[in-house]
Amino acid sequence: MLKNLTGIFFFTFLIVATGCSDSVLNNPYASGEGSSNVIYSSFSERPKHLDPAKAYSSNEYAIIAQIYEPLFQYRYLIRPYQLEPLSAKSMPVIKYFDKDDNPLGADATASDIAYSEYWLTISDGIQFQPHPSFNLELHKELPTDIDGKRLYQLPSTTRVLTSDDFIYQIKRLADPATQSPIAGLMANYILGLSDFSKRQLALIKQFPSLRKTQRLQSDTIAGVRKINGQQFVIKIKGKYPQFVNWLAMPFFAPMPWEADEFYSNPILKAKNITLDWFPVGTGPYYLTENNPNRRIVLAKNPHYHPAFYPKEGSIHAQKIGLLKDAGKQLPLTDNVIFSLEKESIPYWNKFLQGYYDASGISSDSFDQAVNFSSSGSAGLTDNMLERNIGLQTAVTTSSYYLGFNMLDKVVGGSSEANKKLRQAISIAVDYEEYISIFQNGRGVTAQSIIPPGIFGHLEGEKGVNPIVYEWRDGLKRRSIEKAKELLKEAGYENGVDSATDQPLVLYFDTMDSGPDSKARLNWLRKQFKKLNIKLVIRGTDYNRFQEKMRNGNAQMFMWGWNADYPDPENFMFLLYGKNAKAVHGGENASNYQNPMFDTLFEQMSTMENSPERQEIIDEMIKISREDAPWLWGFHPKAFSLYHSWYKNAYPNLMANNKTKYLKIDSDLRKKYQEKWNQPVVWPLIVLLIIVLILLVPAYLMFKRIERSTAL
Amino acid sequence: MINYIIRRLLYVIPVLIGVNILTFILFFVVNSPDDMARMQLGDKHVTQASIDNWKQQRGYDLPLLWNEESEGLSKASNTIFFTKSVGLFVFDLGISDNGRDIASDIGQRMWPSLAIAIPSLIIGVLVNITFSLLLIFYRGSFLEFAGVFFCIALMSISGLFYIIVGQLFVGKMLSLTPISGYVPGIDAIKFIILPVLIGVVSGLGSGVRWYRSLFLEESAKDYVRTAKAKGLSDLQVLFKHVLKNAMIPILTGIVVILPLLFMGSLITESFFGIPGLGSYTIDAITSQDFAIVRSMVFLGSFLYIIGLLLTDISYTLVDPRVRLD
Repeated sequence: MLKNLTGIFFFTFLIVATGCSDSVLNNPYASGEGSSNVIYSSFSERPKHLDPAKAYSSNEYAIIAQIYEPLFQYRYLIRPYQLEPLSAKSMPVIKYFDKDDNPLGADATASDIAYSEYWLTISDGIQFQPHPSFNLELHKELPTDIDGKRLYQLPSTTRVLTSDDFIYQIKRLADPATQSPIAGLMANYILGLSDFSKRQLALIKQFPSLRKTQRLQSDTIAGVRKINGQQFVIKIKGKYPQFVNWLAMPFFAPMPWEADEFYSNPILKAKNITLDWFPVGTGPYYLTENNPNRRIVLAKNPHYHPAFYPKEGSIHAQKIGLLKDAGKQLPLTDNVIFSLEKESIPYWNKFLQGYYDASGISSDSFDQAVNFSSSGSAGLTDNMLERNIGLQTAVTTSSYYLGFNMLDKVVGGSSEANKKLRQAISIAVDYEEYISIFQNGRGVTAQSIIPPGIFGHLEGEKGVNPIVYEWRDGLKRRSIEKAKELLKEAGYENGVDSATDQPLVLYFDTMDSGPDSKARLNWLRKQFKKLNIKLVIRGTDYNRFQEKMRNGNAQMFMWGWNADYPDPENFMFLLYGKNAKAVHGGENASNYQNPMFDTLFEQMSTMENSPERQEIIDEMIKISREDAPWLWGFHPKAFSLYHSWYKNAYPNLMANNKTKYLKIDSDLRKKYQEKWNQPVVWPLIVLLIIVLILLVPAYLMFKRIERSTAL
Repeated sequence: MINYIIRRLLYVIPVLIGVNILTFILFFVVNSPDDMARMQLGDKHVTQASIDNWKQQRGYDLPLLWNEESEGLSKASNTIFFTKSVGLFVFDLGISDNGRDIASDIGQRMWPSLAIAIPSLIIGVLVNITFSLLLIFYRGSFLEFAGVFFCIALMSISGLFYIIVGQLFVGKMLSLTPISGYVPGIDAIKFIILPVLIGVVSGLGSGVRWYRSLFLEESAKDYVRTAKAKGLSDLQVLFKHVLKNAMIPILTGIVVILPLLFMGSLITESFFGIPGLGSYTIDAITSQDFAIVRSMVFLGSFLYIIGLLLTDISYTLVDPRVRLD
């Protein structure tokens, strides 16, 4: 009995001893961190890259967009999305030239423009974060016991940002050794980028030991030239108004050559200290700790240039009081801690304990957090309201759709019969039901390829897809009878092929073949069953699925797209014939080709937003709705919860550098954390008493056995 | 014994070659180098040129097992299999396909795994042995019946259930420990209490029943009856004689897993946010990172063999009759 008691007391001692430095025992952070001006966030998957030339995922941007600053940014509180200078002094001056390099006026037509020059001027006096790479002595010799923690203890310094840093980064994008995901795409636009890549590849093969910085600096890109330390020019082929949006992405953030040189040291490489993991930027924060298996910590950049909270905002932003901090110097917090949280259940519980400042809502916890009113609007449950938790919702600039392979004989092609088959299926597959069942109501049905918030999207009756819906005091999906009628006209009356008298069997290719997706696939079968069409699911793995898509062997599939930038071109190009995946290896996964659509796309893609552009977009949408290469699917709605101490949060689906605007009331957070996390010890005492009671008969029996004879 | 150890260590080489070949074949049956490149480069704007460039930089542009274009021995050595395998035999684990040094990653991640695994193993074994000996002590009584029933009940519950309920009860409702997280150093104690406790409790049912069966078999032997006849108490017989004589099967179960402890536990580490090695191999399989997969399989096989060798050696320590020749 004594042994048991000792064990229990030891356990209690451990709990008390290890927790005595905090006012609460379950604080998941190191002692003292909870009271500071820090944002607590998380990541569920370790980022693959933190190098702005390589990173292209939202979880990577959540970190590097706070560290690196490209030339432009999206205005935080203004809608529709609008660019403004960030490290640039002003918006670019764009000059047009014909094929003989003669200057053209601003009103020149796209067909006359052979080249466009973007004149870019950077702000004065921007400095990089403190970093040992600027201490050139360290390029020669480094302590051998260096590790990720000691990196920032090395003597650090900084230097002023110049146009060379932007030019160096563009060279890095083109460098075959970097393997930037947009190298191929940018080679289509930036003059001389492709040739530069080829020359660099030749240098790598010829002189494998040549230092990267030396190699890149020894050559120039024809389309990128330095004017002076503050100004440079990028020359692109033709007219491409969306290029400025690319300049607002981390790909075009400045990179000091010193960083590349410093991290090329083999001592650092062997310790996984590389530019891909330890960034060097000019942004509001800099990285101070990177353990992608535990946490990533950012601290306020002491050299950050003067930047201020916006003074202008949309009417909605003004109404909810988001201009209270207008004019204050950014960033508004000192640190950001991203902790690895792979599972949604502990993440959710820690959010409820106040240890994360904001949270998304997983399906598991959706009913705990949100309820819908009779009018269908989302609200918070009483439990959330009691904790003063707030809710923000925003329709994302993404599309999730079911695509038809237009190269397929049965569902593809431009024949009237096949078009009607696709239209019939578009009506039968009830995406309202899908959103309700599988998305917890978090989504809006898509009426076309363009999501809300992007120029070209029309709200209300004007925006209705007449093939699938009708407007009768609101949006109504056409009846299944209408779908059956279309099916009959397509030659498949009641799901039977009139030519062969055989039932119509269609194939859905997917890589979601596990138990989790079973319900979704059964639902899909049920939708096709409405038309008496048998749907066969062809489940496969990721590699085989991608292969089928590349070769055009899939018949139907589900796919999605997140906007790179808020321009309709970034969605319409998914249906552009020259981007057909199976033919040209592009992003047009359904291999849709319509000459009229393509002509209009070429026209629209080079236009500025205007009523004329809207007319062309309307026409393109009309064509694509008629052809129905996609079931337009839905645009997901993001639901975010945040605590009362988390201020200035505003959904901006284009801006990745939002952290600098956020503010934390750390006193309030500490107060709530203490209120919600007081240790409860009485169940332990009860448990102890139960154990003691149980020990009584055991002890009595022990005595009896001890007294009994052995044989 | 030294000859025996040397002989056993030499056996390791053909076994590891076999394991390496098997890993290589299984991996490349499912994933081609092009698939690996696509997985690493992402879904958007990937061109064949960037895929070829990726393969060339990582040495995946070579033939898999046999290079027809090379001369002499290079036909075998100038291949993906050879170039990716040869370093392993001198424990040069190389660079992952994602560009990180594998040995450095393992060195960093093994400590949190050990911080959970070692106390879980030690406490678990001590608790399991104690409870199972007590069940033997109370043999035939209602306490044994209740104990066995309790063990079966514990065994019937999924490991994940223990974790979720443990986090909810201890971390959230009682607010006694953090639900998840980890900090290095002495502060780690408050983070490992809950996973260790859950690890011990979840293994209690099967562990106690396993040890109970060992001790039951042992306690039926003649020397036990003799010891009791000599007047030793039941407790003395159990903890001094039965336990000592049952050490060989106990060691078989424990020593063999000792070298593998650092590899961690996938689910525990995932739910408790422990930055260990538990998910390292699974993540590598998911991201088609052959460099990590081959390294971890190689290391796992090697350590398993070492574990078996240590088990053999430990027999000689607990049973003087065992000789290794």
